[in-house]
Amino acid sequence: MDMRASSLRRVVAAALLALAALVPSLPARAMAPEAVRALAFGDNDAKIAALGTLVAADDPQAVPFLQALADGEVQTAGESQVLIVKGAAATDALTGASVSPLPEARDDVVINNRVRRVVAGAIAALKLAASDRAIRLAAVKALQGGADEEMLPAVKKALAKETDPEIRGLLELTQATIQLSSPDRATRVAAIRALAESNDPSTKTLLLGLLERKGDAWAEADAEIRAEAEKSLRSVEGRLAAGEMAGRIFSGLSLGSILLLAALGLAITYGLMGVINMAHGELIMVGAYATYVVQNLVRSHFPGAFDWYLLAALPAAFVAAALTGMLMERTVIRFLYGRPLETLLATWGLSLILIQAMRTIFGAQNVQVENPVWMSGGITVFANAVLPYSRIVIIGFAAAVLALVWLLLTRTRLGLFVRGVTQNRPMASALGVPTGRVDTLAFGLGSGIAGLAGCALSQIGNVGPDLGQSYIVDSFMVVVLGGVGQLAGTIYAALGLGIANKFLEAWSGAVLAKIAVLVFIIVFIQKRPQGLFALKGRMAEA
Amino acid sequence: MNAPLPVPLQTSLRVPVHPLLTKRGWIALFVVSYVLFVLVPSAHLLLPAGHPLHLSDYFVTLTGKIMCYAIVALAMDLIWGYAGILSLGHGIFFALGGYAMGMYLMRSIGRDGVYHSDLPDFMVFLDWKAYPWYWSFTDHFAWAAALVVLVPGALAFVFGYFAFRSRIKGVYFSIITQALTYAFMLLFFRNDTGFGGNNGFTDFKRILGYPITAPGTRVALFAATGVALLGALLLCRWIVTSKAGRVLTAIRDAESRVMFIGYNPLWYKLAVWTLSAMLCGIAGALYVPQVGIINPGEMSPANSIEIAIWVAVGGRGSLVGAILGAFLVNGAKSWFTQAFPEYWLFLLGLIFIVVTLFLPRGVVGLLSGKRR
Repeated sequence: MDMRASSLRRVVAAALLALAALVPSLPARAMAPEAVRALAFGDNDAKIAALGTLVAADDPQAVPFLQALADGEVQTAGESQVLIVKGAAATDALTGASVSPLPEARDDVVINNRVRRVVAGAIAALKLAASDRAIRLAAVKALQGGADEEMLPAVKKALAKETDPEIRGLLELTQATIQLSSPDRATRVAAIRALAESNDPSTKTLLLGLLERKGDAWAEADAEIRAEAEKSLRSVEGRLAAGEMAGRIFSGLSLGSILLLAALGLAITYGLMGVINMAHGELIMVGAYATYVVQNLVRSHFPGAFDWYLLAALPAAFVAAALTGMLMERTVIRFLYGRPLETLLATWGLSLILIQAMRTIFGAQNVQVENPVWMSGGITVFANAVLPYSRIVIIGFAAAVLALVWLLLTRTRLGLFVRGVTQNRPMASALGVPTGRVDTLAFGLGSGIAGLAGCALSQIGNVGPDLGQSYIVDSFMVVVLGGVGQLAGTIYAALGLGIANKFLEAWSGAVLAKIAVLVFIIVFIQKRPQGLFALKGRMAEA
Repeated sequence: MNAPLPVPLQTSLRVPVHPLLTKRGWIALFVVSYVLFVLVPSAHLLLPAGHPLHLSDYFVTLTGKIMCYAIVALAMDLIWGYAGILSLGHGIFFALGGYAMGMYLMRSIGRDGVYHSDLPDFMVFLDWKAYPWYWSFTDHFAWAAALVVLVPGALAFVFGYFAFRSRIKGVYFSIITQALTYAFMLLFFRNDTGFGGNNGFTDFKRILGYPITAPGTRVALFAATGVALLGALLLCRWIVTSKAGRVLTAIRDAESRVMFIGYNPLWYKLAVWTLSAMLCGIAGALYVPQVGIINPGEMSPANSIEIAIWVAVGGRGSLVGAILGAFLVNGAKSWFTQAFPEYWLFLLGLIFIVVTLFLPRGVVGLLSGKRR
């Protein structure tokens, strides 16, 4: 009943609006005084009708007035005076003259939610005629949210003038959304067909509304319209599903690359050297804080180069974490080789000290690391799938670091030594490899990569003393799942876990997904304790 | 099963058979019992608050809490010191025992909660209409007390069976137990899990009909914890001096050889692992009414690693050492976090490093080394 009443009102309003458009006597220089008074003094229906008049007049001058109305700054005084009151200053809405002193007896113009929605629509509709493309785009996007029948003429008018294809597309969708409740059947069918081109999730809701059942009767009585809606819904849903899938695969890849970065250093220290480094997460944190420090230095000394501070931050993060790691290796871990459980406890102690040290130096609060400008924004693949540049950069960065590590391990003398010491320490030593120094350097390399991971993570997450704690379980899972002793396992495990996590997340929620993945790993380890890619031969038993 | 080979290996080397406790041990046990069950309660209840020998609420609660930790340390020492299995997930068993007791305590609140409903406040807040199935019968103390040992025991048995059967050991086992407790922590943080989410259980009013904050209740809980601690100590001592305990130590030192001799390590490890989890559950159940809160933070990986350091500080492979370590570390923690909160993590970190580098046998090793 209520719906029908309101649509009846809309018809009346539309008729009024058509009338108003027919009357040519409206002065071009100012807002129609009757409309302004109706907005200020009239009841809700009169207000909505008046809004239609204002939009039809297409007068940009009405925008500040409507904005004031939406902000609750419009007051009335006496029988006919309409004021815009901002603080102590007041202007007459009709003449634009400033009014002082303020009249004693004033009443606020209160608008309810329905009117508020139409006001917002009217502002957007009026802005559709702006010359700035960005304003028009924002306006049409605002209109999409709450398009009302009163706005249809403005939309049509804008559509006739618009040349920008993106805005045109959005306008057409808006028009179709409005025409969906038109009394004319042919118009509605056309509107539904137009909506099939949409890839906006709200269109789906709109079309679903037509297909709802209310008790025994359909919400929409006309079977042909229902069939059309069904068809359009299919095509919208198909496109939305594709977007969701793309978004999910991308965020899975992104998570996977983050896991890879976090675990790559661990794959060297644990996978190759067999050192359980529980302070690995804290080395990531050290890298993130190094980035923070470099950011502040660049900002205060070379503000012009701020966009490129990451170029300085990367080596700084690497060196800071590598030095921390090498210090740890020299002073503590070296004495515990071959005693993994003791190493685990001692490095946990080191991690506590690092956490508290950061807290003492930088405070317990998270610190602010800003993205450079070129990293903000993203590529819109579908309306519901935006790929942020920061994540794309990190995926590329992870690949680059991986390539670097691989080259270092397979193509350099240090890499040869590291592999030699990994495979047979006494033999390598007998052949003249300085095993002690190789250990320190390899540990420094693993720690430095953790620092690089920290630099990358600072761009997408919070930087605080607890940063490392949240990655340590995940990175160990990656290494354990991937198998000890080679990089390939780490890559597959990181990407696999990332994508699996995101897909499960869509299906069961973030926390349950994480639990499911952990349980899966626990079960998996039962079956293959050596991980996905085990070293073959005698090595595996050592 | 696990029968020795048909022709038992005869060796001239006699393994010394330890008595349950030496004479000195029994005397020490008697003295400690006297302190726990006579001196502390009377100093708390009978002496007026201004008396120099009066023991404050804070002291009794703190000591009670640390005794709970000492039970956990015993359980940890049993599995780590004697069987060589380092668990980084013992916090989970502790917390599960605590939650089981917490369920009973929550239901004992009755209609005295903020919303005056039959359901606990957090369920009213979530708009739940009835208890989930796993809350059934938890208003009976006996059933809750059974859950305290059954739930951690069952989880440990299932997890341990699969882990030990595939012969996962050493660091791998430690990391998996850490993942397990992490997963459970995430699970219990969820509101939908039905255990109060972030806030867990708190605001308890009474236990077995007695007001939970009354001095009498406090002393009773303290004494119960003392009984549990001494009982656990005797039980663990009995196990490690028994033949099974010797096999366990042998598994720790050379698992393959034990298998070649004809023992199946699985059942020894599994039994002591499950028992260890149950002891933790009891400790958790005693901890919750004394501290007045249980939340998923107890399951954080950091908490579980701390348990290992209590044992390491006291001395692995020494039951008294484990208890001593729990008291030393937690006593230091209570004092430090009040006096110099900034430096506690530095100190704790240093303890981890110094103990692993310089005190492989802990404080007990240091003391006995000096005596010789």
